[in-house]
Amino acid sequence: MKLLVPVKRVVDYNVKVRVKADGSGVETAGVKMSMNPFDEIAVEEAVRLKEKGAATEIVAVSIGVQQCQETLRTALAMGADRAVLVLTEESPEPLAVAKLLRALVDREQPGMVIMGKQAIDDDMNATGQMLAGLLGWAQGTFASKVELSDGVATVTREVDGGLETVALTLPAIITADLRLNEPRYASLPNIMKARKKPLETIAPGDLGVDVTPRLTTLRVAEPPVRQSGVKVGSVAELVAKLRAEAKVI
Amino acid sequence: MSAVSEREAMEFDVVVVGAGPAGLAAAIRLKQLAPDATVCVVEKGSEVGAHILSGAVIETRALDELIPDWRKRGAPLNTPATEDRMLFLTETRSYRVPMLGTVMPHMSNHGNYIVSLGEVCRWLGGQAEALGVEIYPGFAAAELLDEDGRIAGVATGDMGVTREGERGPNFAPGMELRATYTLFGEGCRGSLAKQLMARFDLRQGVDPQTYGLGIKELWEIPASKHRPGLVQHSFGWPLDRATYGGSWLYHFGENLVSYGFVVGLDYANTWLSPFDEMQRLKTHPSVRQHLEGGKRLSYGARALSEGGLQSVPRLSFPGGALLGDSAGFLNVPKIKGTHTAMKSGMLAAEAVADALANGRPAEPRSYTRRVRQSWLWTELRDVRNVRPSFAKFGTLGGALYSGFDAMVLRGRAPWTMRHRHADNEVLDSAAGSPPIAYPRPDNKLTFDRLSSVYLSNTNHEENQPVHLRLRDPQRWRSVNWDLYRSPESRYCPAAVYEAVDTEAGDANGPRLQINAQNCVHCKTCDIKDPTQNIDWATPEGGGGPNYPGGM
Ligand SMILES: Cc1cc2nc3c(=O)[nH]c(=O)nc-3n(C[C@H](O)[C@H](O)[C@H](O)COP(=O)(O)OP(=O)(O)OC[C@H]3O[C@@H](n4cnc5c(N)ncnc54)[C@H](O)[C@@H]3O)c2cc1C
Ligand code: SF4
Repeated sequence: MKLLVPVKRVVDYNVKVRVKADGSGVETAGVKMSMNPFDEIAVEEAVRLKEKGAATEIVAVSIGVQQCQETLRTALAMGADRAVLVLTEESPEPLAVAKLLRALVDREQPGMVIMGKQAIDDDMNATGQMLAGLLGWAQGTFASKVELSDGVATVTREVDGGLETVALTLPAIITADLRLNEPRYASLPNIMKARKKPLETIAPGDLGVDVTPRLTTLRVAEPPVRQSGVKVGSVAELVAKLRAEAKVI
Repeated sequence: MSAVSEREAMEFDVVVVGAGPAGLAAAIRLKQLAPDATVCVVEKGSEVGAHILSGAVIETRALDELIPDWRKRGAPLNTPATEDRMLFLTETRSYRVPMLGTVMPHMSNHGNYIVSLGEVCRWLGGQAEALGVEIYPGFAAAELLDEDGRIAGVATGDMGVTREGERGPNFAPGMELRATYTLFGEGCRGSLAKQLMARFDLRQGVDPQTYGLGIKELWEIPASKHRPGLVQHSFGWPLDRATYGGSWLYHFGENLVSYGFVVGLDYANTWLSPFDEMQRLKTHPSVRQHLEGGKRLSYGARALSEGGLQSVPRLSFPGGALLGDSAGFLNVPKIKGTHTAMKSGMLAAEAVADALANGRPAEPRSYTRRVRQSWLWTELRDVRNVRPSFAKFGTLGGALYSGFDAMVLRGRAPWTMRHRHADNEVLDSAAGSPPIAYPRPDNKLTFDRLSSVYLSNTNHEENQPVHLRLRDPQRWRSVNWDLYRSPESRYCPAAVYEAVDTEAGDANGPRLQINAQNCVHCKTCDIKDPTQNIDWATPEGGGGPNYPGGM
């Protein structure tokens, strides 16, 4: 079985993001970027399935600017076999991404798509679900455990207040949650070897998808600075403050 | 713990350690001269530039030689220095040094550019890769491959080792990068360069290296106040006259200001806190007026070599050479080491290209000769007495001597002043040092250490061996605490060291807590610890600060 793993290039989780002075977005110039952590987990899961013999080939896909090649090289170093970059000027919206992925699924015919549950930059949490909808495939979102047998994926999902186990008939979409696994390092020998693995670049037009944005960003602002706390002397004072100042009771 | 047997190896003609200006200039020059040579660069930062911390006003002399059409290729040198100011500060006033270009010609910045050196390195990295250099960021050279009397390359550190030194579930062994020649451009106080100096006795017959610690903040200020091209330096307050140091403040880019403070690590007062000095200096009107109303974007720190020519060690050894700040090629009165680092890298590359083509002798010996015949040597020779004169005569005496040296002697004094002591030898005891009271931060202009370190974006995988090691753990109590009252908790700009349980009643007695994940790799503890008991080793690759563009 072939696996398709989409990976997104995002601002590194160590970086404290800063809103651009004109409020048009988040500053990314000169900022360290890396693979979305949930996508790393998805790559790891795919590699483990291949190591177990449950999958035969892993294709990593990234959609975005030229530098997404670096993100794809990381996926290749972790164990993906080949990579496809859909080159766009900026990172498209979830629906456009889902449409591009559907076109790639048509082309590659994978048995499963494993992807991160969301990207840490915009926290949309939509692409996996949209892709499942467009393809009419089963979906196992927020996966913390995946088991495969006889064309069925048994997925343990992290839901509010507990775990839910679902059985999906393949082909299916799985989106990875934090506890699914702990991704391996891209080791130096593997990074060197990844340089020689195939990486193909295509345009959205090749897949017949229009990626023109449909949403307009009005303004991006930083969250308000947290006010420092105060110590209250008594319960009565606390109640008074909650009523008069915080206006919550 | 080390996985010698299962380690993979790769052969190159040349391996370069460190993707700073020195290492990248060396790699580029090498590929220009020997396009077929295989060249690999390893960098401990998570990407090229992530660990680069500098002022920086740079001279283009070396860059002009290396990549003459750098303007056309879009090098990020966008703000020419247009106005120079040197201020002498008292607590409330500032006096401008007149006729700066004559009295202190090395402080004139005509023709120079104000840059983010990290951005320049990212650009240089791209130029190197376009020539076929392989650059691997996120991997620290942790170990020398010392074989048959020569250096045969380096090994990267193991990944996924737990705090206790065991192999974790994601253990990945390091890799051997083997080479005919290995060039060390680790910058100031390189951890492998330190081992090399001991291994080949490279410091024999030269003065001890002396250092400064630079602490920097990047600010974004209102456009109405921004004067791109303005270069301001200060000396005097808040340091006493026996302590060497001063501030810089550069307006550049889009409403950015680089502000920072350097203090000579030969300071004597154990109560001195470089971090707090840099914070309180911002309250001086001469600095406050620039930053007020602005926003602090980033923070970091890095040591610099201040010994000058007297402290430059032997440059080559069997299997390789030292470049840039690892060798100490910084022009101290100018506080500029970028052009000299690049030039030294280029000269080493020329020596290595020559050696590769001519029988591959063990040691690329012609490097030293090339350095001595270049402008790099003349430039450092002419300023060799400036820094030692401050140690000898204090701030004002040093400034006077330097003016005399520059105007009358033109750097050709028939004498050379020596550095007599290493920086760790000159700290006074707690009892013998006058206490210093630092003001509390206001969180607008001045800040505490932790909120500062946060802006360096530093991070280290938590479950790994502590990369700051005490050679003799017992000695901290008897020396660092009893005699000096934990100077490391004051000089470390990243709040890594904390003396805890210091109250009289605490049963465990005072002890040292090491918050290693905060470290910004400035190397000060490795330099200043009174008995050299602290050893800085490379942590897991990719760890350390992530300085953003603009830094
Ligand atoms: C506060 C301050 C202000 C300065 N201001 C100026 C200025 O205005 N103008 C100017 O020209 N110069 C200035 N300098 C000096 C200048 O920054 C240095 O001289 C120059 O950066 C030295 O270049 P380098 O390549 O030798 O070392 P560095 O720039 O220090 O680069 C060394 C690189 O090697 C990496 N490295 C180190 N050890 C290892 C290892 N074991 N494995 C893998 N990678 C490793 C580091 O992460 C780093 O990226 C300043 C320096 C400081 C600290
Ligand atoms: S621990 Fe040492 S190297 Fe790290 S930030 Fe502190 S003084 Fe600098």
